[in-house]
Amino acid sequence: MTVTVSAGLSDLRSFLHGLPGVDKVGVEARAAALATRSIKTSAKAHAIDLAIRMVDLTTLEGADTPGKVRALCAKARRPDPADSSCPPVAAICVYPAMVPVAAAALAGSGVHLASVATAFPSGQAPLEVKLADTRDAVAAGADEIDMVISRGAFLAGEYSRVFDEIVAVKEACGGAHLKVILETGELGTYDNVRRASWLAMLAGADFIKTSTGKVAVNATLPITLVMLEAVRDFRERHGRVIGVKPAGGIKTTKDAVKYLVLINETVGDDWLTPDRFRFGASSLLNDLLMQRTKLTTGHYAGPDYFTLD
Amino acid sequence: MPKTSKVVETATRLTVRKTYKLYIGGKFPRSESGRTFVADGDNVALASRKDARDAVLAARAAQPKWAGATAYNRGQVLYRVAEMLEARRAEFTALGVPADEVDAAVDRWVWYAGWSDKIAQVAGGANPVAGPFFNISAPEPTGVVAVVAPASLLGLVSVIAPAIVTGNTTVVLTAGPQVAITLAEVLATSDVPGGVVNLLTGRYAETAPWLASHDDVNALDLTGVDHPDLAAELERAAAGTLKRVIRPRTSPDFTADPGLRPMTALLETKTVWHPKGY
Repeated sequence: MTVTVSAGLSDLRSFLHGLPGVDKVGVEARAAALATRSIKTSAKAHAIDLAIRMVDLTTLEGADTPGKVRALCAKARRPDPADSSCPPVAAICVYPAMVPVAAAALAGSGVHLASVATAFPSGQAPLEVKLADTRDAVAAGADEIDMVISRGAFLAGEYSRVFDEIVAVKEACGGAHLKVILETGELGTYDNVRRASWLAMLAGADFIKTSTGKVAVNATLPITLVMLEAVRDFRERHGRVIGVKPAGGIKTTKDAVKYLVLINETVGDDWLTPDRFRFGASSLLNDLLMQRTKLTTGHYAGPDYFTLD
Repeated sequence: MPKTSKVVETATRLTVRKTYKLYIGGKFPRSESGRTFVADGDNVALASRKDARDAVLAARAAQPKWAGATAYNRGQVLYRVAEMLEARRAEFTALGVPADEVDAAVDRWVWYAGWSDKIAQVAGGANPVAGPFFNISAPEPTGVVAVVAPASLLGLVSVIAPAIVTGNTTVVLTAGPQVAITLAEVLATSDVPGGVVNLLTGRYAETAPWLASHDDVNALDLTGVDHPDLAAELERAAAGTLKRVIRPRTSPDFTADPGLRPMTALLETKTVWHPKGY
């Protein structure tokens, strides 16, 4: 079955509701079982460097200043100034107003510049506002856009409205990559996460992202597992490869490595690249750097030796 | 109603055998490595370097709040420890600690508890300066202190109490596991917040180097190290991060008046120049 952009409401609804239900106990047990894998020594060193390359270093605060964003960009280019072998992160993620500052600071570095848009984090704004938000961010230099879906519309069953919004934002993105934030913490059930994932992928998302980081429940392993399965099945059916980005609440190297194991066991190592998997995080990077320092120097590192921003 | 207590036959009861576990962050976990060793017929957790790392995390997390408590409050909390020590004296004597040593340990603890709101007056002060400034020196805690502790109860109290009374938090490696963990039970049942004192039982030579080189440990007390080569190695490792080091003394006498040095050795002096405004 193919759903096209012109799909009517009933087609989309029957497709999404025709997806097999998620076995809650099963998915949680599988995620928990995979989380017990032990990754040590050289494999751990490899995992840490890969995780650093997958970080979308994020600052999304009302108190963000150009100075803070510049400092964060410097950190993105060279996360560990004391060690030139440390790779740069994947991208910086900021509010649209900070995109020009970040674009100037990242020029020529190869670090991508992501901007949240579409009335982040609530998504509760008219479509024209969301599209203008997106176009501004792209015009200012963002090459990745993190949009939020209208959870209100999704939960009310207005799937085609959400679908059309994503399509419109994708068009407004032009050449920029589109990450669609499902805000899984507000979707309530794993079935809804699966439906929202398919909805976003069918509408043209390049990445599906768990959360804004602004609600109580952010990325979890079982939710990411459901999304990875959706991405796997989508490639099988449509041949298009979609990336996944868990965001919010991933703070330690141990957490990050659990996600890497989950990817490898769910979609295979094709997805173990920053082009297909990202971590939306801020404090995670320092923990990765501390663990990396521990492996290179042979003694435990402390937070005093790494910049906060 | 007359009290009719039914005597339980001892043969039908299962013996409750005690395993001495670690004391980290206010809890009594086993070693993450799962290892144990036998000391004087008791099963004791054998701490690994990861237990030491976890203990440093717990100590670091507890430090700002403990240092931020008022000196008076810290004094009250430590006095409460002395109360609990007193109440559990039989447990220590049952472990072979002489009664007069328990007395001395309680006295020592009370003595240090009293210093909490007095040390700043002795170690700090208002300094005379040639300018229109108030110039004030205030002692502040060094931070997280790793302690290689002596085995005796009095020795243990003599290294822990002076470190924490001023607002430091500690990771303590102990050689006398039963006494140390019984002291941990005293601390756990008094009002000392979890993480202020963390006790690890096991081999010094295995865990101490990890604490000595740890970037997030601010000071190292080597009082309980009895091997000069190990002391030198630990001191060298500590130099890498410019830690304060208290060197081991040869045959220390813990019954003697300790003076203020055990406390002042783990303090940093902050001096503030405040304009007088004319």
